[in-house]
Amino acid sequence: MSEVIELSRPMLAVEVVDLRKEFVRRDKKAGRFVRRRRAAIDGVSFVIQRGECVAILGQNGSGKSTLVRLLSTLLLHDGGSAHVFGHDVFAESRAVQKLVNRVSVEASFFKKMSAGENLHYAARFYGMSPRATRERIPEILGKVGFPADRRTEPMENLSRGMQQKVALARALLTSPVLLLLDEPTTGLDPRSKLEVQEFIRHVRREHDATILLCTHDLAEAEALADRIGILDRGELLALEPADELKRRYGAATLEEAFFSATGRTFEDEAVEDDDREVFA
Amino acid sequence: MREMAVSMRHQLVGLGGVVERNVYLTRRYIWWDVAFMVWTIANTLTIVFIAKGIEATGGSIDVERATATLLIGAVVWAYLGIIFEFLTETVAWERWEGTIEYTFMAPLSRAMHLGGSGVFAVLYGLVRAAILFVVVALFFSLSLPGANFAAALVLLVIASVSFFGIGVMTAVLPLISPEKGAQLGFVGQGMLLVVSGVYYPVSVLPNWMEWLSTISPATYALRGIRASILDGAGLAWADVWPLLVIGVFSIPLGLLIFSIGERYAKKHGKLKRSG
Repeated sequence: MSEVIELSRPMLAVEVVDLRKEFVRRDKKAGRFVRRRRAAIDGVSFVIQRGECVAILGQNGSGKSTLVRLLSTLLLHDGGSAHVFGHDVFAESRAVQKLVNRVSVEASFFKKMSAGENLHYAARFYGMSPRATRERIPEILGKVGFPADRRTEPMENLSRGMQQKVALARALLTSPVLLLLDEPTTGLDPRSKLEVQEFIRHVRREHDATILLCTHDLAEAEALADRIGILDRGELLALEPADELKRRYGAATLEEAFFSATGRTFEDEAVEDDDREVFA
Repeated sequence: MREMAVSMRHQLVGLGGVVERNVYLTRRYIWWDVAFMVWTIANTLTIVFIAKGIEATGGSIDVERATATLLIGAVVWAYLGIIFEFLTETVAWERWEGTIEYTFMAPLSRAMHLGGSGVFAVLYGLVRAAILFVVVALFFSLSLPGANFAAALVLLVIASVSFFGIGVMTAVLPLISPEKGAQLGFVGQGMLLVVSGVYYPVSVLPNWMEWLSTISPATYALRGIRASILDGAGLAWADVWPLLVIGVFSIPLGLLIFSIGERYAKKHGKLKRSG
């Protein structure tokens, strides 16, 4: 049995088993420091097949970003395991880093530097020489629809939508086989949102990339993902194709399915959720 | 073997990427750099004028030599400040700009990441130190006959290895303490310079501080550079070997401390833009 697991592991893009991550915060109460522990990810298990797009739905503070940061090697876990293409995320982080890239809700660039400059130095961190990026960067910026005449402008002069396109270009530049998208369209205008979503489809078609999309946009999840997971207060309640998810909860829409699974509406964010978000 | 060579090449390309990024940033912030340079020159002038001030208030000193001694101290202080600032703020800048997560999830070893910051800091610091020295020396019409600038430069570069190692130790502070880390780094820099004889011989320090001066690389750098510029001396082994020894110990120790700090930051979720 163990041999079968070993043989099948490389076929899985992501394999997460009983993953746990806690954060500790020191609060001052009545003049004394009190340590509070909160599980941001609580025994989460799932697999993603190579080439699959999986969306994780959850409210603010549900643990989506913590999950992405764990798989990005930016956090150490407190229990369980996570493998990316057979590599242990926490023991073989360098191997995992070569396979993964991400786009987060904030575009995150050196704001005074241009799109071209930001992409050039970022590519070096993945071992891409100036010769390799000289043609590749203009090509990839062209693919995401970034205008050629704005490549030398500082990032701070670009709109959020433009910045997010550059973020997608940065992620794709390193040819990741696992792309982690953490609310990539949050805050974008409808047109930019559609452009980014179309580009994500293009990446799947053309680059054989596996995608983990964390979002709280239900329509986006349904439009892009093969399977949709519901993450609530650190627990993964379900992970199924949208239709099966609706069938399982006897719901007509994904929103209703979310309500049935979590016991609250998607917009209903308790004070506890805000607290969890700050905590994580 | 070939795999190792490819991996090493990728790491060196990554180190070049850090240097390249800092070149871009320097170009984009060039007027800030010009203003900082003017401020440093003005600050150095206020220190170097002390030599003339002592003579004007009745003191008996060799003004030319005292002026050059203070100038060397101020230039080495400024140079060291640049190296410490670049290394200590390597993490702080990334956190401020929001790129910290992207840099720390890239397959770039921390030695190369910090090494890139160090290489740029040395090059940038040398240019600034040269400008500062020339401008202030011209201002005071210092003649410096027989000065051995080549030996002084070589010693400064050798000392930079040790400065880099200590800088890496302070670079971890903003990683584990986003709010206070950079300030604590500057405290470390200040403590190092107090005991190193920047504007005075270390013999005037209390015994315990004089002992501390023996483990500060700046002590040997200042002593050797002053001997080269004021007396035309060549490289003295007595100044070189302590710098090499401190460098050999401080770099691995610095990287070890940084890796422990990085592990702590990953455990406690501090590797993110907001801290």
